[in-house]
Amino acid sequence: MKNPGLALVTNILINAGKLFYGIVDVIGIFLRHVKYISDLIYNTIIRVPLLVKNVNLTTHQMYIIGVESLPLVAVTSVFVGGEAVIQANFQFAGMVPLRYLGYAVSKSLVTELCPVLTAFVVSSRISTAIAAEIGSMKTSEQLDAMTCLSLDSFRYLIMPKFVACVLMLPVLVIFSELIAFIGSIITAMFFIDVSLYVYLTGLKLFFSLPDMIIGILKTTVFGAIIAITGAHFGFQSRKGAQGVGEATTRAVMFSAVLILFFDFMIAFFVLKAKF
Amino acid sequence: MEESFLKIEHLKKHFGSNQVLIDVNIDINKGEIVSIIGQSGHGKSVILKNIMGLMLPDGGRIIFEGEVISSPTKRSEEYEQVRKRFGMLFQGAALFDSMTVGENIAFPLRERTSMSEEEINKTIVDVLAMVGLHGIEEVMPAELSGGMRSRVGLARAIAMKPEVMLYDEPTSALDPIMSDKINDLITDLRNKLNMTSIIVTHDIASAYKVSDKIAMLHDGKIIFHGTPGEIRASRNPYIQQFIRGQRKMYYAVEDEKTYEEQVDLDKIRAQTPWAPKRSKFDG
Repeated sequence: MKNPGLALVTNILINAGKLFYGIVDVIGIFLRHVKYISDLIYNTIIRVPLLVKNVNLTTHQMYIIGVESLPLVAVTSVFVGGEAVIQANFQFAGMVPLRYLGYAVSKSLVTELCPVLTAFVVSSRISTAIAAEIGSMKTSEQLDAMTCLSLDSFRYLIMPKFVACVLMLPVLVIFSELIAFIGSIITAMFFIDVSLYVYLTGLKLFFSLPDMIIGILKTTVFGAIIAITGAHFGFQSRKGAQGVGEATTRAVMFSAVLILFFDFMIAFFVLKAKF
Repeated sequence: MEESFLKIEHLKKHFGSNQVLIDVNIDINKGEIVSIIGQSGHGKSVILKNIMGLMLPDGGRIIFEGEVISSPTKRSEEYEQVRKRFGMLFQGAALFDSMTVGENIAFPLRERTSMSEEEINKTIVDVLAMVGLHGIEEVMPAELSGGMRSRVGLARAIAMKPEVMLYDEPTSALDPIMSDKINDLITDLRNKLNMTSIIVTHDIASAYKVSDKIAMLHDGKIIFHGTPGEIRASRNPYIQQFIRGQRKMYYAVEDEKTYEEQVDLDKIRAQTPWAPKRSKFDG
C-alpha cells in the first residue's frame, strides 16, 4: 500500500475486528452453556415427581453417592477437625485464652469447613463419575439407543443422580461434622493440652443451631451443582476416550468453582443479613 | 399415485464445513427391505439418524404415512409418538452396560408397555431365541462377543415390535454364517410381521441377499435406486467398482456416453503397458 498511515489504520481496524469477534464468540459460548444448563436443570426438576415410579434407581444412586462416599468424607473430616484446632491454637497463641478454642473451631467447622470440603470431596468422586458415565454412554450411542426406545434419559439417568446428590450431601455433612468434632477433640486433648471439659464448655459457649442448619442446608445447593455439572459436561463431551477425559476434568473443575461461588453468595446474603 | 410409506425428500445435512448429505431422495414402500450402500464416512448412518429423529436435517423433510415427521423446524419432542413405531439396531449394539442382557430387553418393555412381568419374561426368552441365543439373560453385555452383542441389540429392538426397523451395519461384526442368520431373520421379520427394513451396510453379499431395493449413496446423493438385479446390470463404473470391491476405477466417466469410448481396449492397453499384448482374438 502506498500510504503507510492508511495501512496502519487498516491493520488496527482489522485487529480490532478480530478482537471484537473473539469477544463476541466467547460471550456466545458462555450464553450457550448457560442455556444448556438452564434446560438441563429445568428438565431434571420437572421430572422429580416421576421418582416414585422408579424408586430403586434413586436408592441405588443414594447408596453410591452417600454410603460409598462416607469413608472418604470421614478421613477428610478427621484431619480437617484436627487441623482446625492446631490452626486456632496457633492464631490464639498468647492473645486469646484457650477456653475459646472450642468456640472458634466449632464455628469454622460448622459454617464453612465441613460443608465446603465435603462438597469438594464428593464432587471429585461423583461429578467426574457422572460426566464419565454419560460421556461414555454418548460415545457408545447408548444415549441414542435410549431415545430410540422412547426412554427418557433425563428421567432414568439424570434425575435419580440429582435427587440422590441433593438428599445425600446434607447427610454426609452431618456425619462429617460429627467426625470432625471427634477429630478436633482428640487433637485438643492429646496434642494441645486442653482438657475435654474446657474444650466442650468453649464449644457450647456461643454455639448456635441456626448456623449449623444453614451449614447443612446449603449443601443441598452444592449437591445440585455436583449433579448438574457432571451431567452437563457428560452431555457436551466429544465422542471418544479423549472427549470423556476432558469432560470429567471440566466437570470437577467447574463444580469446584461453582461450589465456592455459591458458598460465597450464601454467606453474603444469609450470614450478612443475620448480623 | 399411491403415496409411499416412508419418503425422504431432498434431505440435507452438514457437519461444520463438511456437507455430508446434499440431496437424498428415497421412496420406501411398506414391507420393503431397502439397503443403503456406500463408502464409509459418506453419511449412510446420518440418514438413519435423521429418520429416527436423533438429528434434525438442515433441509428437506421425511414423510411417514403422509405426515411430515422430520424437517428442519420440527422439534424432537414432537417426534415421540412416531418413534414408538420405529426400531433401530446400532452399529455397536449400544446395549446399556450397567444392566444384564435380560434387563436390557426388559427395561423398555417395563417402562413403555403395560406388559406383566410374566409376559416380559416370556418375551425376553422369545426374542433371544429368535436371534439364536439361549440362557444368557443374566450375562452382562461386557462379557459378550461383538456378534452376540449386536444380536442382543436386535432382540431388544424387535421386542418392542416396531413397524419400521433401521439397521446400522447389522452384519459388520459377524462371521459369514452368523451374518447369514441375521439376513434370514430380517427376511423372516418381513414375512411374519410385514416389517419394513432399512439397512445401512457395505456388505454387498448381504445386501443382494435380503434387499428388495438397493440405494447407493455417493457424494451426498443417491446415485442409484433399484433392485439387486438392476444394480448388477448398471453400467455406472463407480457402482461397478463398489459392488465388485475393486481398488481402482480404471475408466472414470462423466456420463454414460463417454463410457463406451473409454472401455476401448486399445486405450486401456495404452494406459496399462503391463497388460498382455493384443491377440488375434480381440475384435
